[in-house]
Amino acid sequence: MRWLIALSIIFAVLLSVIPVPFDWRIWRPEFVALLVVYWATYSPEHFGVFSAWVCGILLDVVSLATLGEHALGLMIVAYIANLAYQRIRSYALWQQSAWTLILIGVYQLFTNWASGLVGKSIETIDFLGAAALTALFWPLLVVVLRKIKIRFRLP
Amino acid sequence: MISTPFYWLGDTPSRIGLWFDETFVSRQTLMEDNQRLQQQVLLQEARLQKMSALANEANRLRGLMGSSRLLEDKVVVAELLGISPDPKVHKVILNKGTQDGVYVGQAVLDAYGLVGQIVATTPYTSDVLFITDDSHAIPVQLTRNNVRTVVEGIGDLYQLRLRYVPSSMDIVEGDLLVSSGLGGRFPAGYPVATIKMIDRDPGKSFVTVYATPTAQLNRSRYVLLVFPAGDENKGVNESVQEFDGETQPLDPNPELSNNQVNGE
Repeated sequence: MRWLIALSIIFAVLLSVIPVPFDWRIWRPEFVALLVVYWATYSPEHFGVFSAWVCGILLDVVSLATLGEHALGLMIVAYIANLAYQRIRSYALWQQSAWTLILIGVYQLFTNWASGLVGKSIETIDFLGAAALTALFWPLLVVVLRKIKIRFRLP
Repeated sequence: MISTPFYWLGDTPSRIGLWFDETFVSRQTLMEDNQRLQQQVLLQEARLQKMSALANEANRLRGLMGSSRLLEDKVVVAELLGISPDPKVHKVILNKGTQDGVYVGQAVLDAYGLVGQIVATTPYTSDVLFITDDSHAIPVQLTRNNVRTVVEGIGDLYQLRLRYVPSSMDIVEGDLLVSSGLGGRFPAGYPVATIKMIDRDPGKSFVTVYATPTAQLNRSRYVLLVFPAGDENKGVNESVQEFDGETQPLDPNPELSNNQVNGE
């Protein structure tokens, strides 16, 4: 289980640094936050606030951001997801997507606030578009990871 | 250090794409390219002949005036490895690091103008901060009348801003700004931006001017790292002009030194 978590997070970090044109960067889905929400909802016994912090620091280091910027947002999101996992897991996929949209929005608000402290905030709410795109990836992620778990006989 | 493999892997698809482009190219395309490049080389060689004569002349005149000679900077080509994923940060990662002699503060060019400066290095990669990042500013001068000013980034890839320009300053749209070399970080004389819009508000004591960077910041895959020639000559070039009468010629025999320049 742990190797699957680690591999998926590393893959998400890789996806979040793949070069795209400068003007498209604002639309890049938050893959790492999506994975953190997924693991904090589906494996809360393996993935808590501390794991989210580790993922956040890794993302900070790799994406040349201020240290702790993403870690803060991911910790908050993981905490909320850990609190609500029992309810969320019984929802339909599209309802889970809506929940993801809210969580990623919260994550982006916090990271944007943190980067605003060093004078690099986005003044408009354009960045929430990326949250909507990320939420669209949720059903795909759940289905694919379910297939992988069945294939490797994981709980 | 940790980030290097991620960027290297992330760059792999585009590297494979480039490899396909280079490998599976038709003979006709290659021949056309070859012809076009040969013509380009011919034209630029002709221009270069004229330039070397002019550079000699300029150096001789500078020697007579007592200024230091203009030297040619060395450049090394580097390739883009990645782009900062944060939309607020205008940084890119290059595939050259301290192993290749890259150092923090080094100026980075592309074929059209100044791109930015190195802000961090690892043994095999280095991070470039663009001149358009909102934490970046660069001292420049207008080529038309040598007025000095400062251009700062505003976090917009296609726009730079000049703040606190006196309303009496002689500046018009289309003026070219080149790096002035003051501050000692950027070598002098590289194009930075052209003036695009001048916002004259009679109610304010200063004019805000917007400029477009000349470098193609979102297009170039290859950039040039500048190794300035002659460290102590930076920034001196201008101030010397104002003290014409007082300074002695640095080089007693300009003819000799010009020959040396030719030899290089």
